[in-house]
Amino acid sequence: MMEQYRIDENKGLELGLYTLGDHTTDALTGKAISERQRIQEIVAAAKLAEDAGLDVFGVGESHQPKFITSAASVVLGAIANATERIKLVSSATVLSTADPVRVYEDFATLDLLSGGRAEIVAGRGSRLGAYELFGYDVRDYEELFEEKIELLMKINESDRITWAGKFRPALDDMEIFPKPLNGKLPIWRAVGGPPASAIKAGRMGIPMMLTTLGGPSSAFKGSVDAYRMVAAQSGFNPAELPVSTTSLMYIDPDSQKAFRDYYPYINHLMKELRGSYYPKEQFAEAMSVRNALLVGSPQQIVEKILYQHEMYGHNRFLAQIDVGGLPYAQVEQIIDLFASEVAPAVRRATAKK
Amino acid sequence: MKIIGISGSIVGSKTRIAVQQTLNNIIEKHPDFEVELIDLGDYKLEFSDGRSYMDYTGDTKVVLEKIMEADAYIIGTPVFQASIPGTLKNLFDLLPVNGFKDKVIGIVVTAGSSKHYLVAEQQLKPILSYMRAVVVPKYVFIEEKQYDRKIIVDDDIIFRLNRLANELVNTTDAMQQVKKAEEEAFFF
Repeated sequence: MMEQYRIDENKGLELGLYTLGDHTTDALTGKAISERQRIQEIVAAAKLAEDAGLDVFGVGESHQPKFITSAASVVLGAIANATERIKLVSSATVLSTADPVRVYEDFATLDLLSGGRAEIVAGRGSRLGAYELFGYDVRDYEELFEEKIELLMKINESDRITWAGKFRPALDDMEIFPKPLNGKLPIWRAVGGPPASAIKAGRMGIPMMLTTLGGPSSAFKGSVDAYRMVAAQSGFNPAELPVSTTSLMYIDPDSQKAFRDYYPYINHLMKELRGSYYPKEQFAEAMSVRNALLVGSPQQIVEKILYQHEMYGHNRFLAQIDVGGLPYAQVEQIIDLFASEVAPAVRRATAKK
Repeated sequence: MKIIGISGSIVGSKTRIAVQQTLNNIIEKHPDFEVELIDLGDYKLEFSDGRSYMDYTGDTKVVLEKIMEADAYIIGTPVFQASIPGTLKNLFDLLPVNGFKDKVIGIVVTAGSSKHYLVAEQQLKPILSYMRAVVVPKYVFIEEKQYDRKIIVDDDIIFRLNRLANELVNTTDAMQQVKKAEEEAFFF
């Protein structure tokens, strides 16, 4: 049902990783690694994810202090070269401040380089850096994105483009090169926060990648339901539209150690990127299977992902591991545990055959 | 421990005088507390556009970072059009939704008429509660007639401002205990 998005439901929930490309000090040592080392470790993590048998790797885009992957598609190109099988996605592309033609050229090229593994997840960005840097007015936040995603979809669906809009020069019977390997790219909409954005994804009939960073998992069910309902009302078949979720994750064989070791890093992440700390009472709620934040032993993570799968019926889950300056050795350990202990159990339980 | 006094409008002097007097009471009786006055008249704040408080620049960034780092506040507000001034509301709009979590706030109000007594109760406190502040229950309400040539001359107000200072300091100390208990309640 989801072939055009390269998803085989028979294989069960797709599992992968994503990074925001944040580059902060280490929560414990107060020291930051170099920019070069951080980028190399992102590529190495992607390679390890593939070797360990994960399905997807995503790289996010931010244009401001404490972030490093402003050129996310370039990083994805390096990963394409270092890997053979893993799917490569943006997490997400800030489409609102980009030229959709250029984005499409980049990802079509990535698709050729990687042998048909590239996907675009288009979002509006949750930070202002790109708007200021590229001279867009954040008051056009909604209109910028809606116009640009329409153009991006149009490029994906037709060989020759005739188009006019407000934020980019018109295109008169133009053709975009190169073409993706199989003619089309999977294009998703990045959705966070209240259901309004999920409803827009449903209305356009495009796959949705939903952030479920913390709090009760049931709070996100409304967005998933609204997405499918509006998709159906808009003439699309929800059974053909994949849903992906994303969340922060930390695994240790010892559950208590996972909570103890992770708290300083998630707290540091919040302080560095949002300027407020992560309340301990809130973090402690992650001990419940009903809370979306994924911390604990492999068994706890399996239970939580399956609990969410029962609730959302989603097709892909991407975990964010490398936060708050977490040392790469720990990132490696978590990838190993995720791939060797969590993934097999989740796939067994969610495969359709 | 740091206490910031905020004088919430850009005009007049009565609110600033009342806030400063409360801060002076704290300096005198609780010298271990660091205090600072932020008079919104001394800074040029942008209007809130919904971005993260860390992403503003200039005066706005300076003021927001000072406020986020403090432990307690004396918020002084005059009454404009039967409500708090837009400048003060804008300051709240610039801060994160949980910007006052675990922070303690005492309030002083200045007004031209006693008929405005409930403005702080009904319009200021709900905002502070939403932002998770612990508010000292009783605020000090001061009318123009209680000043003379930029000095508060009414003994009732002088005593009340003293009490407000003490209550703010004691509640701030107590809040540190609450935070410590919360921190220690978990194994991580």
